Amino acid sequence: MSLWYWLTGLLPFDWLSFAFMKQALLAVILVSYLFGLLGSQVINQQMAFFSDAIGHAALTGIAIGAIMGLADPTWAMVVFSGLLALAISWLRRFSLTSADTVIGLFMAFAVALGIVILSRGGGFARYSGYLVGDILSITPAEIRNLLVLILAVTVLWVLYFNQLMLISLNPSLARSRGIKVWLIEAMFSLMVAVVVTVSIKWVGLLVINSMLILPAAAARNISGNTRQYVWWSIAISLASGIAGLIASYYLSTATGATIVLMSMGIFVITLGLKKVI
Amino acid sequence: MAVDNIIISDRSCGYCCTKLVKLGVTFGQNRILEDVNLHVHCGQFTAVIGPNGAGKTTLLKAILGEVPHTGHVHFIDSAGQRPDRPLLGYVPQKLEFDATAPVSVRDLFAGAAGRRPVWLGIGRNDRSRAKEVLDTVQAGHLLDRKLGQLSGGELQRVLLAMAITPVPNLLLLDEPVSGVDLAGIELFYKMVSQLRRDYHLSIILVSHDLATVAQFADRIVFLNRTVIADGTPRQVLSNQAVRQAFALPPELALAFPEINPEHKEGQRCISCNLEKSI
Repeated sequence: MSLWYWLTGLLPFDWLSFAFMKQALLAVILVSYLFGLLGSQVINQQMAFFSDAIGHAALTGIAIGAIMGLADPTWAMVVFSGLLALAISWLRRFSLTSADTVIGLFMAFAVALGIVILSRGGGFARYSGYLVGDILSITPAEIRNLLVLILAVTVLWVLYFNQLMLISLNPSLARSRGIKVWLIEAMFSLMVAVVVTVSIKWVGLLVINSMLILPAAAARNISGNTRQYVWWSIAISLASGIAGLIASYYLSTATGATIVLMSMGIFVITLGLKKVI
Repeated sequence: MAVDNIIISDRSCGYCCTKLVKLGVTFGQNRILEDVNLHVHCGQFTAVIGPNGAGKTTLLKAILGEVPHTGHVHFIDSAGQRPDRPLLGYVPQKLEFDATAPVSVRDLFAGAAGRRPVWLGIGRNDRSRAKEVLDTVQAGHLLDRKLGQLSGGELQRVLLAMAITPVPNLLLLDEPVSGVDLAGIELFYKMVSQLRRDYHLSIILVSHDLATVAQFADRIVFLNRTVIADGTPRQVLSNQAVRQAFALPPELALAFPEINPEHKEGQRCISCNLEKSI
């Protein structure tokens, strides 16, 4: 951490003079990398709606944490989202009901349950921070945890990426090559659920899915193969993350939403480039 | 069968035959397949035909182990052993995917062949190996194209190339040429016949295009929930039930030779015939 303070201290930027901004910058870089990486496969697996549902279901996780009297509901959120993710991916693969319907059902249920519990006695305003998120509130301890998460995700990403790619093209084809389709899918769902849930506090559940989807969607417009796709997705995510953080500092706006506007801008530009290419 | 006319091909893949015994598949109340008995030999190109909803695709999925089934699927190698899971090559019906997916032919190959994640780049070896296999199905020039930019026939040839890397014990083709133009169909089947000869592969092809398939297959199985007719194209085309289902004129069967000249009936493995007790 002190290395980071020293490094950022070398940069001649006004907005970096505060310690909380230095932490926020590091956090944005880490979160953007994770989101860019995961987002590329969330789109390939057609799971955009899934990750949205997981984000919203975090409300129930917060509520469960509140009932249990936890000061920090993160663990309750992670466990709940993880279970939900497994349930959805199981139903997606083994039930005849369409995935959209299954996810929509779960999302409606989880959001309603969360709001009902949290609004008991009119105290919902206390939790509205989760809707918008605040990256400036991140602590050094949380950044360390984020680093561990990144390491874990990257390792899994290296080990299972090819299998995930084949599954996204055709599950039967993947199975014919000995890939355990459901296992890999479940693992990926779990990974997305954990990353989304952990990040909600900083990004806000209203915009978190856009942060996951937009950079990858933009990268899709300009990529000719998978390698370009994944790296463009990460690059666009990082660019809009850093630009959004700086803009939100000067405009005093919510960081998560500002980042999303930045990536939306990049998406529109790539849409134009696609026409040219 | 007389044992003395058995010749084991020296080109044999070592794998021998696939035996389906009393295979049945039920989805809820629907009985899709029942009591299917089939015995497919190495080096034999078997076409499974039948009307829509006859359970053809389900049959392949049962062999792939994708749908639960009753009865047995045995894979037997030339030593009479039964490997639990032989290498299966599979070409799906029509790859349904997002046409804008940023996956190139090269990505598909490298992703299927190795563990090195394709987002970290593809090695030169992997690249040249993919090119080599693609060349065998006249698709080498497609290496750097995105999957969405391929025509129906090109995509199926790419998938065929992928299915034979590594060379499988059993190649399963599920309506591989639906949506492919006439020239593409001809080319695709020629490739498949060639592969059967070169690698002595067992091939099971599912199709409803009887006329085309009859020109290339060694054997035709008419399936409608269970095996209705089974034999050489000539035998099956003269079968009453098949002629009714496909509204065939009776003289059509005579257009086909008794045995496909490209197939030598003698190329069988001893163990298949000794394993009758299974």
